[in-house]
Amino acid sequence: MLSPGDLQSIWLTARLAAIVTMILLVIGTPIAWWLARTKSRWKGPIGAVVALPLVLPPSVLGFYLLLAMGPKGPVGQLTQALGIGPLPFTFGGLVVASVFYSLPFMVQPLQNAFEAIGERPLEVAATLRATPLDAFFTVAVPLATPGFLTASILTFAHTVGEFGVVLMIGGNIPGVSRVASVQIYDHVEALEYTQAHHLAGIMLIFSFLVLLALYGWHPNSKKGG
Amino acid sequence: MDALEARFRLDWPGFTLDVDVRLPATGVTALFGHSGSGKTTLLRCIAGLEHTQDGFLRVNGEVWQDERTWLPTHRRPLGYVFQEASLFEHLSVLGNLRYGLQRTRQKQKVSLDQAIALLGIGPLLDRKPDRLSGGERQRVAIARALALSPRLLLMDEPLAALDLQRKQEILPYLERLHDELAIPIVYVSHSPDEVARLADYIVAMEGGRVRFEGPLMETLARTDLPLRIGSEASVVLPAAIDTVDEEWRLAQVCFPGGALWLRDMGLPVGRRIRVRVFARDVSLTRQPPSQTSILNVLPGTIDALGEDEHPGLMLVRVRIGDSLLLARLTRRAVMELDLVPGQAVWAQVKTVALME
Repeated sequence: MLSPGDLQSIWLTARLAAIVTMILLVIGTPIAWWLARTKSRWKGPIGAVVALPLVLPPSVLGFYLLLAMGPKGPVGQLTQALGIGPLPFTFGGLVVASVFYSLPFMVQPLQNAFEAIGERPLEVAATLRATPLDAFFTVAVPLATPGFLTASILTFAHTVGEFGVVLMIGGNIPGVSRVASVQIYDHVEALEYTQAHHLAGIMLIFSFLVLLALYGWHPNSKKGG
Repeated sequence: MDALEARFRLDWPGFTLDVDVRLPATGVTALFGHSGSGKTTLLRCIAGLEHTQDGFLRVNGEVWQDERTWLPTHRRPLGYVFQEASLFEHLSVLGNLRYGLQRTRQKQKVSLDQAIALLGIGPLLDRKPDRLSGGERQRVAIARALALSPRLLLMDEPLAALDLQRKQEILPYLERLHDELAIPIVYVSHSPDEVARLADYIVAMEGGRVRFEGPLMETLARTDLPLRIGSEASVVLPAAIDTVDEEWRLAQVCFPGGALWLRDMGLPVGRRIRVRVFARDVSLTRQPPSQTSILNVLPGTIDALGEDEHPGLMLVRVRIGDSLLLARLTRRAVMELDLVPGQAVWAQVKTVALME
């Protein structure tokens, strides 16, 4: 039913989404924490920058990332100096681009979760001898577990659904950057509607299940915490 | 020796805290005042939850804050009980109790078992906080703070969020803390009843400043600045049940300087209690009264006279042995009886409230 190329693209997509989700957990958590608790006047501008990928056409985001990561861009010169070479048209480049692209989907649910916890549990932890870092890991993170789950699921799913940025940054190289959405595009271009149907159906069911998991599970989490 | 010297100044839009207090090393100090008087803010400054640039704090001779030092909250050996139940929802009761213990290396004066027993929460240990009543949550929060063997226990209106019944459930535990632990406690409250029952020392706050302070019983008996905990001037006396009269269902309590009869509430002989006597319930005579319905007639001498709120009334302070009573009389009666300091009088006490 699925061609080896289809399977390869699905596997590539899953790998990309998993790696991006893990990277964003590490990068997005401190950003969300800072945004949730700061009184700095930079909160607005930084929050807006984080949210940009929500409204920017993926081609615009991809265009700027392509320039930045290209041989003459600042990121490209850095990666070349480090001996990695230019990132566009590599899996690594795709990961970097997807991290930017999916950033708001990690940061915003986490920020909401941290804001909902409020100051009090952290003050309590401080009066119980916990350092701020200790309190973050033993109080804030457990209390924000529903937020972490939501953010991870959304980030993973959103990365899976990525198309425009991939085309701009990664092109269409089998096994390197031909993710499932691009593979469907290829099938349609080649008028292979049957194959396109199979892959598109899988994506549809996957997306529905993800959203069902999110919405089906939310009311309980509210009651519990 | 003073346990706690605190000097803070804090400027917020619309509110200024400006205090300089020295609190005793033992017993319960009540920070008393209306909401917005700054009592919680002062407590938060002591805990290091508010950072004042200009402040000084020394606890048992150890500087927690001065121009150069500022210990963050987690390095201050204190216990803090918040107004609303503040248990960690993701941990069981036992997990909550252990949270602080796992992070302290201080020598344990109060053991976990002792804290559990003192607050009566043994049967609750495995439960999650959302399965506890409001009163139970607050008892766990108090035990959690105590289990750290803090050198200072700070309590921010721990009963304010509870209904009357829950309050009555917790107050006896707080009295046990007061009686059994040698930890100084700073207790924020706007409830006259709690203050009269628990406090040894009182700091009355108003508009971010200390209006007056002093030992509770002395301060209550001041005639120049009568401290009305509640709407009425009153004094609180330390006392103990001395005899119980089964036939008349009365109990006699002894206080420093005399004895009073009151209704028998079923308390055992020897029990230490506090009694509260309102100035409105005390009248004075120059001759020993005869054939009166009042059971409690105490000989004493007039100590001081002061103004009351209404121009027609005065507060008269009477010394009975080592204790002081306040009597509220009309100015006319004071003139007609020619009451002056040093005058011998008999105080008739109509009602005595037992703080239990």
